Formats: sequence, C-alpha cells, structure tokens
Amino acid sequence: MTAVQTDTDTAVYALRLGDDALVLAQRLCEWAARAPQLEEDVALLNLALDLLGQARSLLTRAGELAGPDPNGTVRTEDDLAYLRDEPEFCNALLMEVQSGDFGRTMARQLLVSAWQVPLWTALAASADEGIAGVAGKAVKEAAYHLDHARSWVLRLGDGTAESHRRLQQGLDDVWPYAAELFERDALLDRLVERGVAADPALLEPQWRATVQAVLAEATLTVPETTWRPTGGRRGQHLTGFGYLLAELQHLHRSHPGATW
Amino acid sequence: MSQPLWEVFVRSRRGLSHTHVGSLRAPDAHMALRHARDVYTRRQEGVSIWVVPAAEVVASSPDEKDAFFDPAGDKPYRHPTFYTVPDEVQHL
Repeated sequence: MTAVQTDTDTAVYALRLGDDALVLAQRLCEWAARAPQLEEDVALLNLALDLLGQARSLLTRAGELAGPDPNGTVRTEDDLAYLRDEPEFCNALLMEVQSGDFGRTMARQLLVSAWQVPLWTALAASADEGIAGVAGKAVKEAAYHLDHARSWVLRLGDGTAESHRRLQQGLDDVWPYAAELFERDALLDRLVERGVAADPALLEPQWRATVQAVLAEATLTVPETTWRPTGGRRGQHLTGFGYLLAELQHLHRSHPGATW
Repeated sequence: MSQPLWEVFVRSRRGLSHTHVGSLRAPDAHMALRHARDVYTRRQEGVSIWVVPAAEVVASSPDEKDAFFDPAGDKPYRHPTFYTVPDEVQHL
C-alpha cells in the first residue's frame, strides 16, 4: 500500500460524511422484516446497503488521511465503525433521528437524499481523489434514494387523511434537524477554499428547491420553526444514539476479529 | 393491506427478450416498476424492466390443456427437421 499523505482536515471531513452514511444505514436497517410489505423491506435495505458501501470507503479514506497513531497503526474502517464511542462520532443529527413510523422514515429520507444529490454531484470534482471517487458512484445511488423517498412522500402526503397526517407529523419531527446540514465551521471554510469540500451555501438553495417542490405536490406544509438543534458534528448526539451504537457495535466488541 | 399484483419481466441484456421473473404487489405502476428494480435486479440481472398488471394477463386454462396443446403432439413435420441445411448457411 502506498502511503497516503496525512491531511487532518480532510480526514475529519471524510469521517463526517462516512458517519452520516453509516448511521443512516443503521437506522434504515431497523426496518428489516418490519416494513409495510416485502417489496418495501427489500427497497429500504437496498438504500441501507448503498449507504453502507459509501461509509466503508469514506471511513477507510478517513483512516488513511488521519495517518498512523503514536503506535504506528492506521485505523481501518472496522476500527472506526466499531471501536469509537458516542462523542467521537460526527454524523449530522438528522441521520440518527429515530425512524418512528414509515411516514417519518420517508420524510427523513427525502430531506437527506435531497441534500446528498447536490452534495455528491459537487464532490465528484473534489480535490481529494478518495472523496471524489466515492462521490462519482454515490451520486447515482442518491438519485435513486431521492426518487424512492419522493414517490412515497407524494403517495402518502396526497393519499388518505391518515397517511397525510402521519407524513406531516413525521416531517414536522425531522425538519428542524436539517438546518445542521448547512452549517459552516472553520474546518469547512478551509476545505471549501482548497476545493476539497462542497460549499453548504451552494447546496442549500438546491436542497430547498427540491424539497419544496415535492412537499407542494404532496400537499404538505413546510414546517415553520426557529429551533435549530445542532452538535452532531462535534460529537453531541441525541438520546437514543447510544442504543444505536450498542446494536451496531455489540458483535464486534464481544468477538473481536470475528469474520464470516 | 391488499394491493394489486404485478407480473415482472426483465431483459437481461440488449438483444434478448424480456423474460418473466416473478411477481410483486404495488399500489400503482410507478411503484411497481421501482419495486421490481429493488426486488429483481439487485444483482445486475437486467437492463430493462416491464411490469404488467396481473389482472390484465389473459391466460389459457388448465382445463383446456388437452384441446389446446395435444393436437400439436402428432405433427412432427412442423419441426424443421425434414430437410438438410447446406453447410454454407450461417446463423440459422
């Protein structure tokens, strides 16, 4: 393996993107054998598998870019996924919001995928070749995820009184968490300057246009809120995140090095 | 939850016909096509999908099997085996 030039900023960025994908994949996996119908069960896990694939590449890249620790060890995707604790995860809070009912799961997916499509499109031209490589593949996956979420939001939003009520409730529940996707910090400023990261200021209008068009067609109301929960990027997570990690990490921690 | 049944046909690659691969339930044609993609093309099985409402398929009845198919049983001359094919003929 050729040594990768250590780059702490880009390592953190890759970790953020990787954690987003990993945590949302884990949330979607909770639907296994519980979806409304067999076909949707498979569809949701297909989304999760796409995200898991993205997470693997991004976490591997994050480990390489972070470079060896004082013992000379480079952390692998498994080390990063299974052996970090809650405050070390830097996913956006939207990814870890509890899935709730199917309506909330689809509302969350719409908000995430409408962000990921322009995100991966922009990152396909990232100055970091590892991130650009993931983005080139992920943009097609995200486009399908958006199509899937949009299809259900339209059907449920513009469906029966009960499906409309549930989808609006789910949307109201997850909406405040979306603002965090477009937050800037000093690290992001530096990486946007270097052409490594996507500029949130350019993603936000695209996200808003996509989401508003779907919600309007689905006869749903865009929630109005000034509450903007934040902290995921800094390791401050929601109640329930520890349980998610416990389920994710239990096997690896109980049987270190276990393989199929 | 009772949703209509759809029959799924997948073309595995260009030049081949769509082949029936199975069925699924979906509320409408749009979702049926997407479910078909998710359930039947996860391992790169296809480049094109058709979904057809199962209720629209007109099928022969098992009761009519004898009348439908047996009369062809004693007519081997319908198979192209009674003449020799010249060696020069390609791609027959």
